[in-house]
Amino acid sequence: MAEITADQTVITTADGVPLKSRLAQAERRKKIAAFALVLPLLAFILITFIVPILDMTFRSVDNPVVAETLPRTLAALETWKIGEIPDEPVFAILAEEMVAGSKARTIGKVATRLNYEIPGSRSTITKTARRLKRVKQGPYKEAFLKIDKRWGDPDLWARLKQIGSPYTLSYYLAAVDMQYDAEGNIVSQPEEKKVYISLFRKTLWVSLLITGLCLLLAYPIAYLMANLPTGISNLLMIMVLLPFWTSLLVRTTSWIVLLQTEGVLNDIAVWTGLIGEDNRLQMIYNMKGTVIAMIHILLPFMVLPLFSVMKTISPSYVRAARSLGATPARAFWTVYFPQSVPGIGAGSLLVFILAIGYYITPALVGGRTGQLISYWIAYHMQKSLNWGLAAALGGILLLGVLALYWLYNRLVGIDNMKLG
Amino acid sequence: MAALPPYAGPLEHAWHYGFRVLCGLIFLFLIMPILVIIPLSFNAEPYFTFNEHMLRFEPDAYSMRWYADIFNNPQWVHSIKNSFIVAVFSTLLATFLGTLAALGLSRAYMPYRTAVMGILISPMIVPLIISAAGMYFFYSKIGLAQTYPGLILAHTALGTPFVVITVTATLIGFDHSLTRASASLGADPTRTFFKVIVPLILPGVISGALFAFITSFDEVVVVLFLAGFEQRTIPRQMWAGIREQISPTILAVATLLITFSIVLMTVLEGLRRRNERLRGIRPT
Repeated sequence: MAEITADQTVITTADGVPLKSRLAQAERRKKIAAFALVLPLLAFILITFIVPILDMTFRSVDNPVVAETLPRTLAALETWKIGEIPDEPVFAILAEEMVAGSKARTIGKVATRLNYEIPGSRSTITKTARRLKRVKQGPYKEAFLKIDKRWGDPDLWARLKQIGSPYTLSYYLAAVDMQYDAEGNIVSQPEEKKVYISLFRKTLWVSLLITGLCLLLAYPIAYLMANLPTGISNLLMIMVLLPFWTSLLVRTTSWIVLLQTEGVLNDIAVWTGLIGEDNRLQMIYNMKGTVIAMIHILLPFMVLPLFSVMKTISPSYVRAARSLGATPARAFWTVYFPQSVPGIGAGSLLVFILAIGYYITPALVGGRTGQLISYWIAYHMQKSLNWGLAAALGGILLLGVLALYWLYNRLVGIDNMKLG
Repeated sequence: MAALPPYAGPLEHAWHYGFRVLCGLIFLFLIMPILVIIPLSFNAEPYFTFNEHMLRFEPDAYSMRWYADIFNNPQWVHSIKNSFIVAVFSTLLATFLGTLAALGLSRAYMPYRTAVMGILISPMIVPLIISAAGMYFFYSKIGLAQTYPGLILAHTALGTPFVVITVTATLIGFDHSLTRASASLGADPTRTFFKVIVPLILPGVISGALFAFITSFDEVVVVLFLAGFEQRTIPRQMWAGIREQISPTILAVATLLITFSIVLMTVLEGLRRRNERLRGIRPT
């Protein structure tokens, strides 16, 4: 029944193909054409950007060093029980692999890796590897114990087995002040080694502070600009856009010039007699410096969305409120302010997101105390070379930023982001 | 706001002027750091603060020595050259790829638009320190670290989101009946593209390109990780200057950069106006 009616009503094109499939075909062709235009950039971003980020994320759980250098030792440790010292055969295999590893120059990495877990154990490995070259035959157990007493410590063996697994969560644990103990349980780090939780907390707190202060400074000037005639407000807008367009390094340099103890602001304060020559204020190379310079750098990101929202608020609402007997304060608070909330949301979220990942300015003006999480990522990348930990810290930061952007996209829409 | 209503009381008067003073202070906070640097860069002494002679406008207190310093210092000259090489090539690449993608993204038939847009915008979203770390690991693995192509590719990736955003924004107001009109008058798609579409989206493309340029020109985190000594750019050289041997030469460079950004800003504003005129939007 259905087939018959379908047969009768199918509309065909001139060459007898049903119109519906022709249309679908045309639509598919258009889709492919559109996609083909996007494809070069998509491929480019995937290769030059997304793959590196994923590669870094992988590095935060990747743990190949010990598994590759000492594979047979790890196999021999399979049957070993925690709390014991292994037997002679295990020592013999380890000796062989350590000598091979020191020839291939990979034993140093094993030493570094073990050192993350047991501080001070680096020398145990390097020293043993060096001296083992002279030990031609067994018993190896005695030789090991003679070189370093630590080989008699079951904990060392437990750690060695632990870090032998090719993938590990230990970097993420370290990034939240936790660790594995010798038995493989997750425990918190000793009190004196707890750094990162308080660092994350500090980063969040400072970013919130910067966001709040930016809002406080941006709201009045955005309000003023939105309510002045276009000519004057355009002039004022230049004052907002000029810093926005000026090189970051230039702005950071100028804050150093202004704030340092021999700098312009201190000179003015001394000259006007506000403070004495001997007690010049320390306004830079600490958290104060970071906060001041970051507010200056992020302020335009708050002013611009606020301004574009306030521009759309009609002044007649406030006038109506006033004519109905509201005081200026009340008219502002109950009529004007609620209408400006979307701008506050967009600006605050943007400033907050930019603040938690900022590196350059805090690194230059923050001194020792004014550093945020990004500094420690760079530190572990360049100085301590603990790349796993750097990747884990970066992974956590990235997750936080992506979550915030998801929120931003829901509230504002990334497409609506204003540029300049 | 513009003027006080006649019924305003003394309290309102006080608030009106108080508010303006407050705003003036905030504007001062925004602009002062940039303005202070300019006179100091002409300081004859190697100090970062004004001295009495400068305040008395004695001609001897001012000099061009720090500007001469820039061009006598091979490191600075080299870094200026590097900055332009990297920025120009990455801008060209970013503008080409970004404009193409924006044309595709604004077609009605584009599949998976939101997901694709998310990926294309991601270099702008991810904190630079993470991008830099990821690129460092990956680019060293494939031998692109400490090379010009590596740095150019990295900066291209960072610059493309700006091109995509500005060009798609231009295309939102694009009147598609114009291309149909052009086709109906006998122009083939290539001719339509170059004679109708390009002139209309050009302001968007150029301002996207300027954003990409400034992104690369001002970028330092990725350079810190990815560039060797040979590839040092201006911001990298300034970074080293601030960290190691701070000298007023930095202030002279900063002044030149401020001038440069004023020029860019003017060009961009001109383009924005032209774009609005072309699209028939009257400035508000």
